Amino acid sequence: MDLQADSLMLARIQFAANISFHILFPSVTIALAWVLLFFKLRFDTTGNKKWMDAYRFWVKVFALSFALGVVSGVTMSFQFGTNWPGYMETVGNVAGPLLAYEVLTAFFLEATFLGVMLFGMRRVSNRMHTFATFLVAFGTTLSAFWILALNAWMQTPAGFDMIEGKAQVMDWWEVIFNPSFPQRLVHMLLASALTVAFMLAGLSAYRWLRGDRASEVMTTLRTGVYLAAFTAPMQVFAGDLLGLNTVKHQPAKIAAIEAVWETQKGAPLLLFALPDEATRSNRWSFGVPRAASLILTHDRDGEVRGLNEFEGEHPPVMLIFWAFRAMVGIGLAMLALSWWAAWQLRQDTISLLVGRLLVITTFSGWLATLAGWYVTEIGRHPWLVYEVLAIAEAVGPVGPAMVASSLGMYLALYLLLIAAYVSVLFHMSRKARATEERPPGETSGAPS
Amino acid sequence: MNGADWLPFVFLGLMGLAILIYVVLDGYDLGVGILFWGNEAERDRMIASIGPFWDANETWLVLGIGLLLTAFPLAHGVILTALYLPVALMLTGLILRGVAFEFRAKAPSPHKHWWEHAFRGGSILAALAQGWMLGAWVTGFRDDGLGWAFATIIALGLAAGYALLGAGWLLMKTEGSLQGRALRWTRATLWLTALGILAVSIATPLVSPRIFDKWFSLPNILLLAPIPLFTAVLFLLAEIFLRRMAQDLETGNTRDIERWCWAPFACTVGIFVLAFYGLAYSMFPYLVVDRLTIWQAASSPESLRVILIGALIVLPAIIGYTIYSYRVFWGKARDLSYD
Repeated sequence: MDLQADSLMLARIQFAANISFHILFPSVTIALAWVLLFFKLRFDTTGNKKWMDAYRFWVKVFALSFALGVVSGVTMSFQFGTNWPGYMETVGNVAGPLLAYEVLTAFFLEATFLGVMLFGMRRVSNRMHTFATFLVAFGTTLSAFWILALNAWMQTPAGFDMIEGKAQVMDWWEVIFNPSFPQRLVHMLLASALTVAFMLAGLSAYRWLRGDRASEVMTTLRTGVYLAAFTAPMQVFAGDLLGLNTVKHQPAKIAAIEAVWETQKGAPLLLFALPDEATRSNRWSFGVPRAASLILTHDRDGEVRGLNEFEGEHPPVMLIFWAFRAMVGIGLAMLALSWWAAWQLRQDTISLLVGRLLVITTFSGWLATLAGWYVTEIGRHPWLVYEVLAIAEAVGPVGPAMVASSLGMYLALYLLLIAAYVSVLFHMSRKARATEERPPGETSGAPS
Repeated sequence: MNGADWLPFVFLGLMGLAILIYVVLDGYDLGVGILFWGNEAERDRMIASIGPFWDANETWLVLGIGLLLTAFPLAHGVILTALYLPVALMLTGLILRGVAFEFRAKAPSPHKHWWEHAFRGGSILAALAQGWMLGAWVTGFRDDGLGWAFATIIALGLAAGYALLGAGWLLMKTEGSLQGRALRWTRATLWLTALGILAVSIATPLVSPRIFDKWFSLPNILLLAPIPLFTAVLFLLAEIFLRRMAQDLETGNTRDIERWCWAPFACTVGIFVLAFYGLAYSMFPYLVVDRLTIWQAASSPESLRVILIGALIVLPAIIGYTIYSYRVFWGKARDLSYD
């Protein structure tokens, strides 16, 4: 039994579990904060009660999502030290300042003004309250900026030199605005918008299907559908840009994504395949001829580098190939459904079928986002920092038994919390109707 | 003097400050969680007293650990791998405590009491784990019976200290019967905390000959005497205030209670600051006892400079808007609603 390999695999699974759980919640809060600002501003402008009703419902969703994001984020900040000390040792001079700036400029800002935003409506002026809402939205987006700057740097490192085995920064502008940062930031911000859009639409459709005809329901449903219909095509475009960027900087990842084994011109876009690492070929593959070259090089006969050029140094192909297709498949389905629903909304209503589909796809954004993150992070294998630090070099000395214990604890906790989160959101949706039917002027004394 | 000499020192100061602020602020949050008890209205009021603040309070922990991570990466790795399980337990506690806030208010009513258990349990777990981590760190991660006993004492002591902070906070932020109960809690935890600090003060020099020498050699013992002396004074002062308030409560003298209800909390903060200073003095310059000094563990001066510039610009802003946030929610805790 190779204890060291066990430790490494367990540590990787634990990090994956922690960060997968964590990403679910900023995916919601980044865009939802701006949506809440939108609701508030619409109320301030029109005075129509439905916008405040929408705000009141979704601010509760926001509070819950934010709390889960914060506690899982705190956990993340400890992971570097507990399991991956080699990371800070080698690239600490880059990661350190970026993480420090995230906490100093963004985390404190959002955490502090959240209290005012959630509970301060009666204690501060309306303008101040709207400003607090803006600061929370700005803070969450700024957080994404810093974290993605670091993540992008790990994918396409720039602006540094290796001196005595440690990365030393030469140019901070190049570190932050490294070659893949703009594409990755845009892709993630749009992912958040799409995730929230489908949650808005899905939970509203759920209420609508249960006969809740309060005006905020259709308003929120509309907001969600239009947001999705607008951002989904943008996301396709953003994904394409990131793809082109990855062809240039991480060809092994692209080869795995498309399961291209031999370098070739006019590579087919495989819609289905079972990549086999033993034979270094695909079984049962079929696809669109020359389409991969078309997408990746914008030339039907363009050359795509194959996995055999990177033997021993490329990610697991089956996983990456299918995770990518999951992301794209879900994304295209989201685009189709949002356009269909937008078309129906021209008549101010949606069909039973579309309503049900929206409910089923409430959390489709989560699935697509996770799939995409797995593609890009596992796709960087065997590198933790591309061509600078291997994953195996960064792991700490903690033995497998300890890692297995902490991993077990986290997994149990996370499964419980995700189940609780989803069920509470639907519970709140059911209960919202009962609250509307209460006479106005009755405050929710105990938080309800 | 070049950067490699004074930058680690400055960052030690910043990190220490962040951790001290965390301990005081989240101390009262966790303390309220430890004391979480009473009828439904009282429990709601206790939650309301910390609701707007807990999130930002916890951020100081992220800053403290973040500074350890970024300024002293070698120490960060050694400390966190040595404290692997206590850290995992603390995080479990903090996760449960944080989410229980929201879930108790939004989950179906039959589930509410489960989330309240999670809130109390998470707070207790986080407090004990943090105390344990502190104890283990002081002994340089001794893995024997003595090390474990010491860590247990500190775990209980810190939990008592947090409960004292929480009780003092409730004394300020609540009224009526809940305030009366907070008064009783403050009196009880005051002496538990005193016991804890006494135990720590005796045990620490015994456990480490190096620390013994730092305190008990001349002229140090004379120069340092103010620390334990002022600590004792603060305890006595707090006790006097509490006794007066108990009398005022009996005679119904609410005016005087309100005049001084902040005093026990202030005394406790003073006690924590002194205890922190004593601990810092004992441990300096080691980040890992007898193994890593701050200079050995520090990042390159260039990184530290970059972070320092940002910190110096941003920290005043953070303190500014934090004060603003406390002013918005000044006064007695009112039930929290989103309206």
